Amino acid sequence: MGLFILRRLGVMILTALCLTFIVFWLTNLGPNLEKLAKTQGNARMSDEAVVTWLDNRGYSQPLPIKYGQWLGVLPGYVIEGTDGETRARCQEPGQPMEEISTFCGILQGDWGYSTVFKEDVGEIIATRLGLTGKLMFWVMMVMVPGALIIGVLAGMREGSRTDRSLSTVSIVTTATPEYVSGVVFISVFATATFGMQWFKGTATGAMDDANFENFFLPVITIALYGMGYIARMTRASMTEVMTAQYIRTARLKGVSFPKIVLKHALRNALIAPFTVIMLQFPWLLNGVVIVETLFNYKGFGWVLVQAAGNNDIELLLGVSIVSVFVVLVTQLISDIGYVFLNPRIRIS
Amino acid sequence: MEALTWTGSLGAILNPVLMVLVGLLAVAIVAQIVLGFFAPAVTLQSNPDGTLQSRGGALGFFENAVKWLFLAVVALIVAYIVVPLVMPYGSAGIVGEMSKRFLPVWIALIALFAVSIYYKRKLGLYGKLFDSTVGMIGFGLVMFWVFTAIFVGLFDMIATHDYLTQVSGLKNKGPGVPVPDGTAGDIPHYLLGGDNLARDIFSRVVQGSVFVIAIAPLATIFAFMVGITLGLPAGFYGGKLDTVLSFLANLILAFPVILLFYLLVTPEIVLTGIPSYMAAFLFVFPLIFFGVLLNSRYYTQPKKRNLILFPVLGVLGWLYLSVINQPGTVIDFLPAWFDLFDISILVVFVSVVFVNAPTVFRIVRGLTLDLRTRDYVAAAQTRGEGAWYIMLWEILPNARGPLIVDFCLRIGYTTILLGTLGFFGLGLSSESPDWGSTINEGRKLLLIFAHPALPPAIALLSLVLGLNLLADGLREESLKD
Repeated sequence: MGLFILRRLGVMILTALCLTFIVFWLTNLGPNLEKLAKTQGNARMSDEAVVTWLDNRGYSQPLPIKYGQWLGVLPGYVIEGTDGETRARCQEPGQPMEEISTFCGILQGDWGYSTVFKEDVGEIIATRLGLTGKLMFWVMMVMVPGALIIGVLAGMREGSRTDRSLSTVSIVTTATPEYVSGVVFISVFATATFGMQWFKGTATGAMDDANFENFFLPVITIALYGMGYIARMTRASMTEVMTAQYIRTARLKGVSFPKIVLKHALRNALIAPFTVIMLQFPWLLNGVVIVETLFNYKGFGWVLVQAAGNNDIELLLGVSIVSVFVVLVTQLISDIGYVFLNPRIRIS
Repeated sequence: MEALTWTGSLGAILNPVLMVLVGLLAVAIVAQIVLGFFAPAVTLQSNPDGTLQSRGGALGFFENAVKWLFLAVVALIVAYIVVPLVMPYGSAGIVGEMSKRFLPVWIALIALFAVSIYYKRKLGLYGKLFDSTVGMIGFGLVMFWVFTAIFVGLFDMIATHDYLTQVSGLKNKGPGVPVPDGTAGDIPHYLLGGDNLARDIFSRVVQGSVFVIAIAPLATIFAFMVGITLGLPAGFYGGKLDTVLSFLANLILAFPVILLFYLLVTPEIVLTGIPSYMAAFLFVFPLIFFGVLLNSRYYTQPKKRNLILFPVLGVLGWLYLSVINQPGTVIDFLPAWFDLFDISILVVFVSVVFVNAPTVFRIVRGLTLDLRTRDYVAAAQTRGEGAWYIMLWEILPNARGPLIVDFCLRIGYTTILLGTLGFFGLGLSSESPDWGSTINEGRKLLLIFAHPALPPAIALLSLVLGLNLLADGLREESLKD
């Protein structure tokens, strides 16, 4: 087991390094840097001015060196610019040259500086992640119990009418991407068109003060899309368990049906959905980006759109580290958890 | 000209009936579900004289009620579609006029279903689809949009106005608004109203189906070619090849899709030519696939092989060069007369294929791992068949069931991805009538005017739902044998 976790951790770190390198490479391509220079410096810069601007700020170093500096394994650059000013990667504003540290990268906890928000990337990500965490918490609170109940009810009597209607409901929810259900929900429940103006169509107010009225629509929009998939997996796992020998034995002994479902079937039927729920996290991230854009909720997904739209390199890298980390950690947890939950694998 | 109401004079009769029936249906369904937990199941009782009698009690009553009420509602909805066809213009309201516009689609659908159901025993898996209600509903929804796309794209039929023409005074006007006199168009109304640039929403939505129906299946086919060509050897040989390919696939899968789109589909990246190189790499897989497929089958008869292989490769190669060759990008070497077509949205196409291919790879690899231990593989190995023959002519046909089901689901997922790209305004011009862009345009004023965003949203939902139901029906039917 220990070796298994170690190997998975190794693969995980390798994957994270590769992915961040790809993001680093794509954001540091020539045209992107030129755009950065023109937005940060002067929109009418000549080509030579762009080159010196980039030279002075260390953007023209070879890619692996820049990546190493960003990672914190190579010393940050100190460049005496053509304009006479000396700039260093690790220099805090107003810090004298002698005091700056040699290394400053992700490993030292220095995430860089956002060119769009004019703030430390670490701070931006921490606050925005907190807001998205709040959203995700409620999504999970709605999605997981809802999906499990639908799946178990549908799966306990395979082929019954309850099963067929609930399965249809879960197919409908998986066929509705967030930008469709969100638009439909807003038009139906937040505008006067249908006379059911029960909720607010924007969640901006929910950032400080979340209540049912302004937070329900974004939560249910994300939850519905993932719900159908988890419910179908739960149903499949439940139908499989319900045909097992020990369920038949229990029925022959005369155990009542509700008791069989709750005590005998449920525990075994919930192993597979656990993996599925964990693997849903990467998909939820997509949903978060769409819903936060649609409902104007300024969380992590909104920051991703802002950073990517403006080629804010360090912020974008920070965002991708966090999202890649979330994806890989949930994969790891789902693998390890599956082994722990399933005695058949654990013992062999 | 007066504005159209939703159902016109037809609605005066049908609307109250529909309301009552839907209300009763809802009550009956709720009662049935609630009773379903408590009452004993409906069973059949055999009488001594040999007849069967249903023994239902309250639950049985509600089950019958639901069945008949549902049929009545469906009949009523059919009436909403059929009756307006014989009514004069405008008297059947917006719904009636839309039904008239879709007349060619209805005829094509009825013809297709009639022929398919008549010959269903001779049509293999496709015929079996018509045994499952869910599958038929899904197929109907999908074919509705396919026929719409064909009639709009090839024959220019269904759309009422030009999808780009702006008519002053119709900005954000609600459904059924009359257009000013002298405006070009087939009918004097905007059936679903005007959007925030005063363009006809109905025409834009039907025009958008052309984009989706043309791109989504094609991109999915390309993703399948890539996934199959790499997944078969990874699963069949295993070892280092498998480790490397699986690592790469997981690498792409660990990327959040939207971040990847934002990184790939920006004008700056297009300038560097990365999408063109990716296209050149990804689109070579169909060539490899068909080359290996035909060669492994006919290499013992070189004459026949040459006769088949070289024309196929020639045509595919020409198509390949035409696709990747874009004037104004890094790959621009073909003379204009040799370049068949230009795809302005190559970057969208490439990124959708790129996102889908790893998942297909994983599915194919898993299926191959399972199938390579089968007896027919061992038999083929004993016969001395080559590895690629076994993969492509023994394993692949036997993996077709799950692959066909996944193909349907994946077209739906590709549709969602295309919508996502449109929703974030990536890679598509803002004038493009595709559903994602139209939703994006509509959502900006959603709280004031809800009508521009809803029709494309419902169109996209119905197509994806149709594909999912179709996949479900296919899965059910393919599991039966």
